[in-house]
Amino acid sequence: MSAEMVVFWILAVASVLGAVAVILPPFGRNPLHAAIALLATFTCVAGLMVLLSAHLVAVLQVLVYAGAVMVLFTFIIMLLNLRKEDLVGTRITAWKVVGVAAMIALSIKMGVLLSAGLNGFDTAGAVATVSSDFGGIRSVGKALLTIYLVPFEATSLLLLVAIVGALVVARRKDGGAA
Amino acid sequence: MMDVPVSWYVILAVALFGIGTVGVFTRRNLLVVLMSLEIMLNGVNLALLAFARHHGDAQGQAAVFIVMAVAAAEVAVGLALAIALFRRNGSVDLDRATRMKG
Repeated sequence: MSAEMVVFWILAVASVLGAVAVILPPFGRNPLHAAIALLATFTCVAGLMVLLSAHLVAVLQVLVYAGAVMVLFTFIIMLLNLRKEDLVGTRITAWKVVGVAAMIALSIKMGVLLSAGLNGFDTAGAVATVSSDFGGIRSVGKALLTIYLVPFEATSLLLLVAIVGALVVARRKDGGAA
Repeated sequence: MMDVPVSWYVILAVALFGIGTVGVFTRRNLLVVLMSLEIMLNGVNLALLAFARHHGDAQGQAAVFIVMAVAAAEVAVGLALAIALFRRNGSVDLDRATRMKG
């Protein structure tokens, strides 16, 4: 077992455990605990991105997700100052049990289909050899500003709309500052 | 060069997406639902990066860049909605938010 394999398994298991801790009621009952578990998942996924030689995206994952998004989450959790009785767990209903069972079945089905479809993927030589520049700012930026130019510009518009929308939605009704 | 098979990353991505979906459908706390959405998006990003690595093409990474921007916008609007919901209902319990009328 190579070192890369060991690192992959550690990060994969840790990220899945973190994700389960976010949604499982005993841990996720308090949103702050869920946020910490989510932070662990984000960090592990960033490590997996490095293993996929997506260095720039891994840095962005830490900056945007583990940084900005998590700060926003914890800020809102603190701001809302939830009381004990607000920390609702999951009310288990028959429909939810059916839904979760269906989702697990669907995931297994997806896994089976994927592993069938991915048969040729893992044969020797199927994976492209990449230069050391792969995943750096130069190669990603080139793709972003040529092929993905229109989505890139649309993203800036989306961010503007999101800023204005967030301000409008969170504003107090009496016209005071949010 | 690449010891870990690409399909393992895809299976992991499916697992993260599935866990996120279960969270979105079962949890009733709006904040935890938004966190589950982030897990789903992370799974998708991982799949995109795995295929980008497989083909040795940086286009998939550019797509992840855009997904990240969309996720950040989604969180900003979603948390603003959480504040508005809390002001109106006094809680972020989605079962109690049965009316859309402002």
